[in-house]
Amino acid sequence: MLTYLAKRLLEMIPTLFGITLISFLIIHLAPGKPTDALSEMNPKMTPEARERLEKLYNLDKPIIVQYGLWLKRIVKFDFGESFSMDRRPVMQKIWDTRQPLLDRRLFITFMLNLMAMVIILMIAIPLGISSATHQNTLYDKITTTAVFLGFATPPFWLALLLMMLFGVYLEWLPISGLKSMGYDSLAMGSKILDRARHLILPMFIAAFGGLAADSRYMRSSMLEVIRQDYVTVARAKGLPEKKVIYRHAFRNALLPLITLMGLSVPGLIGGSVIFEQIFSIPGMGQLFFNGVMARDYPLIMAILTIGAFLTLLGNLLADIGYMLADPRIRTER
Amino acid sequence: MRTDSPGSVFWRRFKRNKLAVAGGIIVLLLFVVAALAPIVSPYKPNEIDRKYILMPPSLAHPFGTDDLGRDVLSRMIYGSKISLAVGFVSVSIATFIGLIVGAVAGYYGKWIERIAMRFIDIMLTIPTFFLILAVMAFMDPNLWVTYLAPEVQRILEVVIIDPNIMTIMIVIGLTGWMGVARLVRAEFLSVKERDYVMAARALGASDLRIIFRHILVNSMAPVLVSAVLGIAGAVLVESALSFLGIGVQPPTPSWGNILTLGKDNIEIAWWLSVFPGLAILVTVLGYNLLGEGIRDSIDPRLWESDRT
Repeated sequence: MLTYLAKRLLEMIPTLFGITLISFLIIHLAPGKPTDALSEMNPKMTPEARERLEKLYNLDKPIIVQYGLWLKRIVKFDFGESFSMDRRPVMQKIWDTRQPLLDRRLFITFMLNLMAMVIILMIAIPLGISSATHQNTLYDKITTTAVFLGFATPPFWLALLLMMLFGVYLEWLPISGLKSMGYDSLAMGSKILDRARHLILPMFIAAFGGLAADSRYMRSSMLEVIRQDYVTVARAKGLPEKKVIYRHAFRNALLPLITLMGLSVPGLIGGSVIFEQIFSIPGMGQLFFNGVMARDYPLIMAILTIGAFLTLLGNLLADIGYMLADPRIRTER
Repeated sequence: MRTDSPGSVFWRRFKRNKLAVAGGIIVLLLFVVAALAPIVSPYKPNEIDRKYILMPPSLAHPFGTDDLGRDVLSRMIYGSKISLAVGFVSVSIATFIGLIVGAVAGYYGKWIERIAMRFIDIMLTIPTFFLILAVMAFMDPNLWVTYLAPEVQRILEVVIIDPNIMTIMIVIGLTGWMGVARLVRAEFLSVKERDYVMAARALGASDLRIIFRHILVNSMAPVLVSAVLGIAGAVLVESALSFLGIGVQPPTPSWGNILTLGKDNIEIAWWLSVFPGLAILVTVLGYNLLGEGIRDSIDPRLWESDRT
């Protein structure tokens, strides 16, 4: 088991390396110099000042050297200074150690995605299983139709509709940010409640896309498994149907879903840009969006790298899940 | 003796599948609406009427008006052109790149395959929307003016009006080819040792001829399905980009940028949010139904990837 895990970890190293290379190349092969954005906005920028700036970012050196220097810095989580007005270190923007953990951008995005994943699993698995075990009944037809419709629904549109319904007409839920105006003066209990109320809509939207895909996948995977001989055998020896489904079929049907979960991480994290933008959530996705608008190159490179790193982390989690669910891998030497 | 051609088998199965036919009809209708936009839309898409700002749906304006008094229905009809164009062109770009990369990797194998597949893994590791946004940020908006011949530009201008739409198509295409490449490679691996390929090689056919005439034609079915489903994805991405304000720029109408107005006026104008979103939903649904219908109707003998 440990060897399997170690092997997977080792395999990640070249991928991680490649990711840094690609995020580096996207920026350096793009037309125009990275410092253009910085100098365009500043009319006082003289050719000499520009040259100094290029020297500062090592843009006068060959590209291989630049990549090496950049790599050497990011190993220490130093992604350089942001191009924006405040010139703060990029890492401090993403992970501001002066703020409480709950308000750090990377933490917000990470937790939202993690919670969305838990919600997806909690709804998609039972939905897929019950739909499969009741194949061709009215219930199955309704859920299958709902899932198919969900698949075609743009999440940002659903977000708009829910904001309109729960925020504007019913006034039950707040529609922007993570906390209310007078948050700091609230008592502990009200603070938690306040945050929870702000999280309901964004969490649902974050989970929504994966929900449709995963329950559909769970259903077809389950349908395939319950036709297998070992399930027939389990039934033939007189096991109650519940036991057949949950002990014999479920675990085998789960395997492809775990793989799918691992694969869906990049989509989920990428979606942060959209839902953080809609709900004005101060997470990494929003920061990335602003960075793209301002052509803040160091910031963009940093978030691309961190985002890919999170994906690898998700894949690793999927591997561990796979290991727990599949005894064949667990006992492999 | 009469044998069924793959085409007639396909058509017979497809016709039986009501949902697939419904998807096909939706897609066909979209084409008709987009092609006849100037005729079917009641107003000009950019016709401003200051007397009728943010009017709810009425007989004169079935889907209401926006913040400049423009007719939402007319803007949506013109928006369908963009949605169709972006869907088709970006998926064509993605499919083309995917075919080439997948074919080369699958046919030549060895280190070429290893590098190509590793590259695909890495591209798939970068969060999808992050990658799209990053490439978007660094694309020169005047790219096509710089690199394309003037004649080509003129044709493009007639068809799609707005140069930044071209950028969107290229970005979606450049970030969406990896699935096709994997698919094509898998097809190649399963087909390249077949007898007919060996025979072609023995007869001295060139690599290019074998790749295109003998292998690729036999793996078109799954590529077609993934392309049709890919259009649905491209339509979603375009609308999301336009919604965020970095896709199709106003005054050119697109479903996504009408939704932006919906968000800005969320407290007073529900019709700006509801109708364009419904249009996206129906379009995506249509392509999904059509794509899955095609997949289910293809003669299983032509369906190689089921075996891998």
